[in-house]
Amino acid sequence: MDYFLTDTQAEIQNLARQIAREKVKPVRAELDEKEEFPWEIMKVLAQADLFGLYIPEEYGGFGGGAFENCLAVEELSRVCIGVSVSFAASGLGAYPILLFGSEGQKKKYLPQIASGQRLAAFGLTEAGAGSDAGGTRTTAVLDGNEYVINGTKQWITNGGEAEIYTVIAMTNPAKGSRGASAFIVEKGTPGFSFGKKEKKMGIRSSATRELVFENCRIPKENLLSKEGMGFLVAMKTLDKSRPGIGSQAVGLAQGAIDECVEYARERRQFDQPIISFQAIQHMLADMCTQTEAARALVYAVAKFIDSDPKDVSKASAMAKLFASDVAMKVTVDAVQVMGGYGYMREYPVEKMMRDAKILQIYEGTNQIQRNVIGTAIIKEAAGKKK
Amino acid sequence: MNIAVCVKQVPDASEVKIDKATGTMVREGVPAILNPFDTYAVEEAICLKEKHGGKVTTVTMGPPQAGDVLKHTVAMGADDVMLISDRAFAGADTWATSYTLGLGLKKLDSLDLVICGKQAIDGDTAQVGPGIAENLGLPFVAYVRKIVDVSNGKMKVERLIEDGYEVVEVSLPAVITVVKEINTPRMPSLKGKMKAKSLEIKPLSAEAIGAEAEKIGLAGSPTKVMKVFSPPPKGNRERIEGTPDEQAARLVEKLKGLKII
Repeated sequence: MDYFLTDTQAEIQNLARQIAREKVKPVRAELDEKEEFPWEIMKVLAQADLFGLYIPEEYGGFGGGAFENCLAVEELSRVCIGVSVSFAASGLGAYPILLFGSEGQKKKYLPQIASGQRLAAFGLTEAGAGSDAGGTRTTAVLDGNEYVINGTKQWITNGGEAEIYTVIAMTNPAKGSRGASAFIVEKGTPGFSFGKKEKKMGIRSSATRELVFENCRIPKENLLSKEGMGFLVAMKTLDKSRPGIGSQAVGLAQGAIDECVEYARERRQFDQPIISFQAIQHMLADMCTQTEAARALVYAVAKFIDSDPKDVSKASAMAKLFASDVAMKVTVDAVQVMGGYGYMREYPVEKMMRDAKILQIYEGTNQIQRNVIGTAIIKEAAGKKK
Repeated sequence: MNIAVCVKQVPDASEVKIDKATGTMVREGVPAILNPFDTYAVEEAICLKEKHGGKVTTVTMGPPQAGDVLKHTVAMGADDVMLISDRAFAGADTWATSYTLGLGLKKLDSLDLVICGKQAIDGDTAQVGPGIAENLGLPFVAYVRKIVDVSNGKMKVERLIEDGYEVVEVSLPAVITVVKEINTPRMPSLKGKMKAKSLEIKPLSAEAIGAEAEKIGLAGSPTKVMKVFSPPPKGNRERIEGTPDEQAARLVEKLKGLKII
C-alpha cells in the first residue's frame, strides 16, 4: 500500500532497505548462531547517517521524527530484529537526553549518538522492578559534587556495547516512584561494570547484560532534569519509543510473509504449488491483512507523536500492543505454512518466530500496554462532561 | 589531496540480453548503473580524502542521463562532479574517450591523483585508464590492490599481477586503476543522498573543454568494428564424474585413447 511518503522519507526507506538486503540478510543466521553483536552493521548504519534520524540538526542529527525512525527500523526488522533492536536501543538511550537534557548535556552527547560514533542504552529494569517501576532498588546519593550510584540493572539492551547510558536510580527511596531520578553514566566510569551476556531465545545477536554499579561516582551535572523526575523521564521516553517496537513488529511480520509467500509458490504437493490451495491462501490473506493494519496504526501513531501532542501514552501503547501481537501470530503462521522446512534452522522463519516473542515482552509487556490503555480510557471518560 | 575519479554508466550486466541477429547488447529497458569496478575507485578516493584531506571530483563522459552515476558518487561522499556531454562525442572508442576525459581532467586545478576502475563491465577493454595517463603525460600504475603510503609527493602501491603482487613507487600526480581487492565500497549516506538529489549538473560541451573535432566521437575513433558475434557453442563435451582419483584415471585413459598422450 502507498503511504504517500515524502521524497526524503522514501530515501530513508530505500537506504535502510538496501543496507538490510546487502549487509544484514547475508549474515543474520550466522549472527544468531554465534550470538555475535553486529558491530560491522552498526558502523554501516552510522556511516549512512541513520542513527540521527530523530535528532535535531543542531545536535548533528537529520532533523526527522519518530516516523522517519520507524521507517528505518521497519526495513531493518524485515530481515533481522536482533540487528534492528541494537540500532533502535541507542535511540531509547538517547530520548531521555533529547527530551529532558540541559543544553549542555544535549550538546555533549547527542552529536555522538547521532553520528553513531557511540551507542546509547537505557537502564530501567531490575531483578525486582520491571512492570512495577516503584520497586527500583538502585540508589543515587549526592555526596559533594558527585552522585554515588549503587545497584544492578538487569536485561539492558546494548549493555556493554553502548558507551552512553541513561539510568534510573532512587534519590529518595521513601517517596517511591516520586523519589526516582535519571542520570547519564558513561562506560568506563570507575565502579560501573557489566554482568554476563544473557543467553536468549531470540534476538540473539543483540547484547543483553546487567549494569553493575558499585560506589560509582558521577558528576552532579549528569543528573537529567531534576531529582524526582526519574519516572516521568522513563514514561515519556517509552511513550516516544514504543512505536519503534511497533515498527520492529511490522517489519518482522512482513519479512516472514516475504519468505513464506516465496516458498509457497515453489513448494509443490499433489502436483501443484501449495499457494494454489485455499487453505494456504486464507492463512496468507490473514497474515497480510493483519500486518497492513498494524503498519497503518504504527505509522498513524508515529505521525501523531511527531505533531507533539500533550499525551501520547494511549496511542503509543496501542501501536506497540497491536503490532507485536500481530508479529507473534504471523510468524507462528509463517512456520506453519512452510511446514517441516519452516521448523528447520536452514530457513529463516523459525528464527523470526523465536525473535517475535520478545516484542510482546520488552518495553512494557503487552499486559502493561493494556493497563496503560485502560487507565487512559478511564481518565478520558472521567474528564467528559455529561 | 585533490583526486579525480573517472566513472562510467553501464547497463546492469545481470540483466543484459544479447540480440542474436546483430550480436550486440539489448540496452532498452535495462537499468543503467555505476560501473561496479568504478565503485572501488570512488571508495578509495574518499578514503584518501578522509585521511589526507582535499577534494574528490568524479568525472564521466556520456549522455545527459549519465549524470545519474555522478549523483551516486555524491551520495557516497564525492564533493564535486564533471559531466562531459555533447552529441559530438557519440561513437567514441577508447582512444577518443581517453582524449576527451584527459581534456576534462586538465580543467581541474592541481590534481594529485586520477583513479579509474580497472575496466568497465560493458566494453571490458581496460584501455581508458592508461589512455588518460598517456593524454595527460602522467605516470600510470594498473591493477592497484592497495595504497600503502602517500607522502612527499610520492605514492607507494601494491599492484596485482598474475602470480602475486608488485610494490611500486610512483611520483604524483599519477593515474592508477584499481581492482576489487582494494576495499569494500561504502553504502550511500542519507546526507549524501539528499545532496545528490538537489545537485544540478551542468554538462561541459566539446567546445567547453577545447576538443578538436577530428579527435572526438566516431571521427576520432580508429577502432573499426568488423563483426560482432557470439562464439558458437563448443563441440561435443563429456563430463567425467567420480572422486578426484577416479576422474584423473578416466581422463588419462581417454587422452590415451585419443592419442593425445
